[in-house]
Amino acid sequence: MSLDRPLTRNVRPDRSPTDLAAYEANGGYRGLHGAIGKLTPSDCLQILKNSNLRGRGGAGFPTGMKWSFVPMDNPSGGHKYLICNADEMEPGTFKDRLLMECDPHQLIEGMILSAYTIQADVAYIFIRAEYIKATQLLREAIAACHDKGYLGKNILGTDYSLEMHVHVSAGRYICGEETALISALEGKRANPRAKPPFPQVSGLWGRPTIVNNVETLCNVHHIIERGADWFQSLGLTADAGTKMYGVSGRVKNPGCWELPIGTPVREILEDYAGGMEDGYQLRGFLPGGGSTDFLTTEHLDLAMDYDTIGKAGSRMGTGTMIILDDKTCPVGFVKNLVEFFARESCGFCTPCRDGLPWCAQVLDDIEQGRGLQEDMDTLARQVEFIGAMGNTHCALAPGAMEPLASGMKYFREDFQRHIDGAGCPWCDGGIH
Amino acid sequence: MSDLIPIVSVAEAALSEEKAALSGLNAVLSEAELTAIDREISHVPYRSAAAIDALKIVQSHRGWVSDENLRAIAHHLEMSAAELEGIATFYNLIFRRPVGNKVILLCNSISCWIKGCDNLQKKVSEQLGVDLGQTTPDNRYTLLPVTCLGACDKAPVMMVGDDLHEDVTEQAVQTLFGDHGGGGE
Repeated sequence: MSLDRPLTRNVRPDRSPTDLAAYEANGGYRGLHGAIGKLTPSDCLQILKNSNLRGRGGAGFPTGMKWSFVPMDNPSGGHKYLICNADEMEPGTFKDRLLMECDPHQLIEGMILSAYTIQADVAYIFIRAEYIKATQLLREAIAACHDKGYLGKNILGTDYSLEMHVHVSAGRYICGEETALISALEGKRANPRAKPPFPQVSGLWGRPTIVNNVETLCNVHHIIERGADWFQSLGLTADAGTKMYGVSGRVKNPGCWELPIGTPVREILEDYAGGMEDGYQLRGFLPGGGSTDFLTTEHLDLAMDYDTIGKAGSRMGTGTMIILDDKTCPVGFVKNLVEFFARESCGFCTPCRDGLPWCAQVLDDIEQGRGLQEDMDTLARQVEFIGAMGNTHCALAPGAMEPLASGMKYFREDFQRHIDGAGCPWCDGGIH
Repeated sequence: MSDLIPIVSVAEAALSEEKAALSGLNAVLSEAELTAIDREISHVPYRSAAAIDALKIVQSHRGWVSDENLRAIAHHLEMSAAELEGIATFYNLIFRRPVGNKVILLCNSISCWIKGCDNLQKKVSEQLGVDLGQTTPDNRYTLLPVTCLGACDKAPVMMVGDDLHEDVTEQAVQTLFGDHGGGGE
């Protein structure tokens, strides 16, 4: 039985981009033709809700529910915005790049139907500056859609109009946080904003705004075209659809694959990533990017879906796993991540601005052989302070605490060996 | 009350001097830059909302944003230079110091770290004779760290100018920068 892989059906082995003609030849923009002017926005929203699509950027919030908070009566006639978050920067995450570089029109079609559903009249793709190829392809795709009447005024002769722009960012990880992204798009420092008000009500320029991840939006036209039941049937567990899974680290075949959501970790790791590189043993893994908790060899038979991974004490996050092998120091691994988050803090709130560099410094001390026994207590206290949602302005610092807390839990003896031996056991003859 | 007159004149003189200085600022930016900035302004509800785009436009023409450029942009956007400086220094890809002809963005996030980006950085530094944050004396390269480049299956990776280099080895670094005099030796 061949697997239904809607998101990557146009991805070619050489990863060359699919242009408009090729996209349409393979059934592209059928969703658009079938929906605009034929289904009402509320029909589309209902299909989305029924499909149980959950946000693929990491949080897994139900997309239909998120959209349902957008006010549909618009007496002032002001703008409503749809923003695609293409600011892929979560450590170890490399799925959105593939989707945009290989099939830019899929994202555009998904965005048009998403914008139609919430009746947005302006859409932005907020993309990181390093994604040069994707930026160019998306701009070309937008221009091609204008020529075809898929974008611009009176799409397909209806009274629905949509303008779409690509906004190239000027850097910083925090821009991936949806309210920080809105601040950046408004030309300000990318500080996250307090919620409420939620962006659905007061977002870009104070207008109703939806921000969704690339992969989430790529799913939308497939769902509207093929139905909620079809989408539900793709998942192996309670979650619906497919998921872009990835594996990086010391495996034989690092990569990114679209698989039914709920595929077991072991299958992704062994059948797709080819298992560990020769001479390396698996010790643990972050299931979905740098801000998720470690899981270990005891978790290999878990299904990669939001609830199963959540119950195991981690998060599926972006679905792109990072592998910790036996020749890599767990303290060094965690230190790299905490230093990353310390560097990327926007500096707005004290626990994040001051707490993360403190943690990074303590980890550096331990790694360099200057660690004291009480450093473990200091780290544990920081995890408690910073890790508690509500103590910080946004989720960046709590996210940073996930690999730290779980690293100290699963690899405690390795932290202890650093302190007892006044040095890193891996640095002597090891890699790190 | 007569003793107030000189004070008022001084204030007026200072004001007109400031006005003259500010109008001079417009001349700092080229026609091409101002046209591009004005195009961005036309898309946003108020002028200062084009701040990041304006900084990027000027940087694309000059390679970086000098103090003088920054003041001129701020004036054009009707915002304070201090506020614009706060924005400019927030973003790692806005350069407030001169950079080389090509910026090397070396990923040092987790997947690249596992695959040895620290040694790679040492090799690049050795080859070019610069540490992170520095520019080669011949102005060809500036070496900077960067957040995860989203190509983790090809780690370690780096960008040199607009080009992404994947599965980078020390040998590849040698080949890429081998002709560079560096200063490391």
